[in-house]
Parts: sequence; C-alpha cells; structure tokens
Amino acid sequence: MPDALMPDARGHFGAFGGRYVPETLVPALDELLATYLACREDAAFLARLADIQRDYVGRPTPLYHARRLGDKVGCDVYLKREDLCHTGAHKINNALGQALVAKRMGKPRVIAETGAGQHGVATATACALLDLRCDVYMGEEDIRRQALNVHRMHLLGARVLPVTSGTRTLKDATNEAMRDWVANVRDTHYIVGSVVGPHPFPMIVRDFQSIIGREARAQFSEAMGRLPSVVTACVGGGSNAMGMFHAFVPDAGVRLVGVEAAGRGVETGEHCATLSVGRPGVLHGSRSYLLQDGDGQVLPSHSISAGLDYPGVGPEHSHMKETGRAEYVSVTDDEALVGFQMLSRTEGIIPALESSHAIANLAALAPTVPSGGSVLLCLSGRGDKDMETAVSALGLGNALNGGQR
Amino acid sequence: MTRLMRSLEVLRSKGDRALICYLMAGDPTPARAAEIVVAVAEAGADVIELGIPFSDPLADGPSIQAAGQRALNAGTTVPVCLDIVRQVRRTADTPIVLMTYLNPILSYGLQRFAADAADAGADGAILVDLTPDEAEEWQEAAAAAGLGTVFLLAPTSTPERIRLVGRLCTGFVYCVARTGVTGARVDLPPDLPELLARVRAETDRPVGVGFGISTPEQVRTVAELADGVIVGSALVNVVAEAGDSPDAASAAAELVRSLKAGTRRA
Repeated sequence: MPDALMPDARGHFGAFGGRYVPETLVPALDELLATYLACREDAAFLARLADIQRDYVGRPTPLYHARRLGDKVGCDVYLKREDLCHTGAHKINNALGQALVAKRMGKPRVIAETGAGQHGVATATACALLDLRCDVYMGEEDIRRQALNVHRMHLLGARVLPVTSGTRTLKDATNEAMRDWVANVRDTHYIVGSVVGPHPFPMIVRDFQSIIGREARAQFSEAMGRLPSVVTACVGGGSNAMGMFHAFVPDAGVRLVGVEAAGRGVETGEHCATLSVGRPGVLHGSRSYLLQDGDGQVLPSHSISAGLDYPGVGPEHSHMKETGRAEYVSVTDDEALVGFQMLSRTEGIIPALESSHAIANLAALAPTVPSGGSVLLCLSGRGDKDMETAVSALGLGNALNGGQR
Repeated sequence: MTRLMRSLEVLRSKGDRALICYLMAGDPTPARAAEIVVAVAEAGADVIELGIPFSDPLADGPSIQAAGQRALNAGTTVPVCLDIVRQVRRTADTPIVLMTYLNPILSYGLQRFAADAADAGADGAILVDLTPDEAEEWQEAAAAAGLGTVFLLAPTSTPERIRLVGRLCTGFVYCVARTGVTGARVDLPPDLPELLARVRAETDRPVGVGFGISTPEQVRTVAELADGVIVGSALVNVVAEAGDSPDAASAAAELVRSLKAGTRRA
C-alpha cells in the first residue's frame, strides 16, 4: 500500500484523525492496532477473510451497467452492487473483518452502534458466524424507523439496547457504545461501523471496505479498457465512499464525488451536510469536520436516511476535502426520494435511502461528465429496510390503492 | 498552579488528604452554581473541579450527563463558566480545576482559553478526551498562561503510560478508580490498592482517585490509599434533587462536611 495513503504513526490524515479518548481506552487501541497490523501480514488470516468474502458475503459483487438509469439522467452510469452483499449492504465487509480481529484478540464479546440498523445487522451476523456475544446500541428514534432491522438482529442472537439520550439517533448510540467499551474494554471489542472514531478505526474500516473500490476498478478496467471519469457515493460517516474511493485516489484523472444528506435543506439547519457546512472539531475520538454551534456543542442532525443521520464524518474525508482530492456536495430528503423511485422504476433495483442520495445527484453530475466518460456509483445497500419510511414520505399509503404512476 | 500545589502540600504535611469536589458549572443555573461552589468551598472542599458542560460527554454516567444537559439548557457556555470562577474568587481562595472535553475548548481556542481561565482565577484544567499523546499544543498554551494541566490514569494504564502521565501532570495525577464512566457505585473496586501501588511505583506525584466514590465510608477507605479523593456524581445528585432553590447550596455543603471528615487524620 503506498505511503501517501496511510495515516501517520498516530493516525493523522493531514490535520485530521488522531486519537481523542479517555485514558482507559488507550491500551485497547494499542492492542487493536498491533493485532490488526499482524493480521494484515498474516497469510492464514487473509485466506480466511477471502474465503468468507467469496462464499459467505458473495464477493465479488457485480458491476452493473445501468443503461435505462443513464438515459434518464443523461450520462453513462455503472453501479457497484454492494446491495447484493449478504445482509444487503456494504457494512458486512467491515463487520466480518473486525469480528475476525476480535476473535484473534480473544475477546468473547462485541458491541456496535447502529443508525439504519445495517451495521448492527452485519455485526450480529458476523457474531453469529464466529460465535461471539453481541450487543448493539441503537437510538430509540432509529429503532422506530428501522423496526425490520431490529427484528433481524434479535433473530441473529444479538441484544439491541435502546438509547434514549440526546437526539436518540446514531450520535447518541455511538456515545453509549463508547461508554460500554470504557467499562468492559478488557473482554469486549467495539466494532465501529464507519471510517470514524479514534485511530486505528478509520484506517481499519477503510481497509476492510477498500475491497469495493479494488474490485470495481478492476471490473471497470476489464470491461471498458479505461477508468471511469467520476466515482461517486453517499457520505454519512463515509465508509462506503471511502471503500469505493480508495483504489482511485492515485488516479488523478478520476473525480471523486461524495454526496452528503442535506435533509430538509442546508439553510434550515436540519441536515447532516458535515463537510459542506461544518467546521473542524473533535467528536467520538478523532478530529474531523463536525456540525457544531459557536460554543463547540455538537448540533443535532437530520436526514430521512438513518444511516446518514450523523453530525460527524470520517477524518480521511476531511483530509480529502482539504486537499481537494475529493469534492463533496449534498442533496435533500426530497431529492433522495426522487432518486429512490427513479432507480426502482428504471432498473428494477430498490436502493437504500442512503444510496438514493448518490443516485439523486447524478442529474446534477451528468453535464460535468466529459463525452464518452462514465460515472461509477457505489450502490451501498438495498431499500427493503426503508419501505415504511419511503411509503409514508411518498404518500403511497394504502397497499390496496394500486400504487401511483 | 502554585495555589493548588501549595494546598496539597499543606494537607500532606498535616497528614490529611484532599477532598476534591466536582460540580457542574451552570447547574441548575449559572447564578445558583456560583453560590453552590462557594458553599462547597466553605464547607471544607480542598479543591473544586468545575465541569464545563459538553453535549456529548462520553466518559460520564447518567448523573453528570443530566447535569451537563441542565447547564446547557440554562445557557452555560465557556465564558459563563469563567464568569462563575470570577464570582467564586471574590470570596473563596480554594483551588479550582476546570474539567471538560476537548471540543468546547478547541472551539473557544486553546491559547485563548488557557489565558482567560488563568485570568479568571482557575488553577488548572482537565480535558477528559485529551491524552498526553495529542496534548502538545494544549500543554504549551497552558504553560504559557500559567494554567496547570491534569491528565487521567486508568486501571488499564501500562507502567510506561503511568510514567508519561506523571511527568506531564502539574498538581496531581487523576487516577480513575475503575474501568467505566462516572457515577456513584455501591462498592469500591477490590483491586484499588493494587492499582494505587502500581501508580505509586511509577510516579511520586500526588494522586487523586475518583469515579464511583460517593459516601463518607468510601472516602475514608480511599483516603488511606490516595492523596486526594474525588467525589462528583453524589454531589451533582444532591444539586439535582434541590433544583433551582437556595437549598442546593446548603444540601451540597452538608454532604461535603460529612465527606470531609473522612479525609482528616483520625
């Protein structure tokens, strides 16, 4: 791996990242780093991971040429089908990798935070497979809007612990998971679900997700004999985007475009467009862009998609914004719903509301794509979990009324 | 930091231990909080730890989380907290150590905060999520302003980290008694004597012990082992029960008097 893509020894990506945690966690983070670096060099570990990725997750996931979607938005579009991963989203790539690391550290218990429930389901799945105890922290508000995933976690043998503090969403679930980890650090591994948190988490999660971009780059090159003009993905914490972008970072001719959630509109204050309108701060263990008020208090965020509903973002994204290597834009809840319906109707693929943000931005992206160029989009998850939210937001209501055209 | 060091020295020479009392600035309101701090100082607190509220206090249990939220709802900001320190300084000379998380201080500006805190009459500061590994800029700012820096040690700390923290603390070392968040507990951790022995083997700094100490009996037990005993959630709970009334100050003072008895040489 080229040095330019690695954080420094203390986990800094330029001015971002690092390790801002209570002292109790420092030895556990050191242990995790040492174990992870050993795993990365260990042929047996890598072989086991590769087997699981192939036979259990279903990798490599397809690269799909979305012709009807392309006609609709006005540019050539390829989808990297992470929605076809076992459990329905890219989250499983990281959860299985970290669960294998936890197993190697001899920690019998795993905890996780979850927003949309996809990371919770992925972690519960990995724990069932590897025989680890699993507790998942989830905000009450998210439990309400993602009930299906709560049932899945229960069925997989995990406990789902409701979080009632703060805004009762992903930020508060992360706070509670951190508190649990501080108390139980000796026998518990915390599987952080995105490229956030203290060093070495942003690096570990990125590495386990970077298989998305490595596969997609090889698949695209083989099919087309060139690289895409633009690579794009939605950004909450930013793990599917970082996983997709990473293989393309050295390809200077490839534009990287992250799409944040503008919620009810950036001007309303009810959004999670962290990179677009936040400023650098420290939350959940690393220095990165953050939605905060003038006194350094973290602001509540809003998005129709629970998985993007987070006031922070991964430090490597902050670094890529700062260096200009990646661009970050945002689309609203309403625009995301248009993307959600558009992919469903043009391609017969119902996307997660998170991924729908990247779809929704295609129309704006299209005029900037050079002729003969293509857009490669990470379709990070499928939309089954979002049916209730989408049906209610779109006013589809009664299942007997025949739907709308 | 001289006031804090002097105060700890005096106690040490008498064979007493320091009672270190944590209160949340701005809880229930900024005006009331200043009254409470003064009352607690007069009742025998040797050091005051004054919390600056943060929206996401991930090392705190329910009591201090709720106190922080009450303070934020009452409009408590960093300048308001420094104003409380100024008000307390009109009547009390007890050392004050500010305790918070990094982000509000980063937002205020590290140099500006160190200078303004020292100017207001604070003696030191603890930033819970700032370990020595990332603290270089903060230490320079604090040293330039004459503000003391206190870092935390935990039961999981290795000998190397105990030496590192010991070297970088001015005043005292804050030893977290257990792996976990703040909050009153029924029992003291059984391995506390062993933890203190490990800390003493690596540093000769005065050691304050906190997290989960709430009763006079617990204070007495910890005072046998440590130079200072830190009580937080128990005091914060008394303030919460009294609500926004003058009773808060007298109730907190009464608890402090009963706790202080445990730190005096019998």
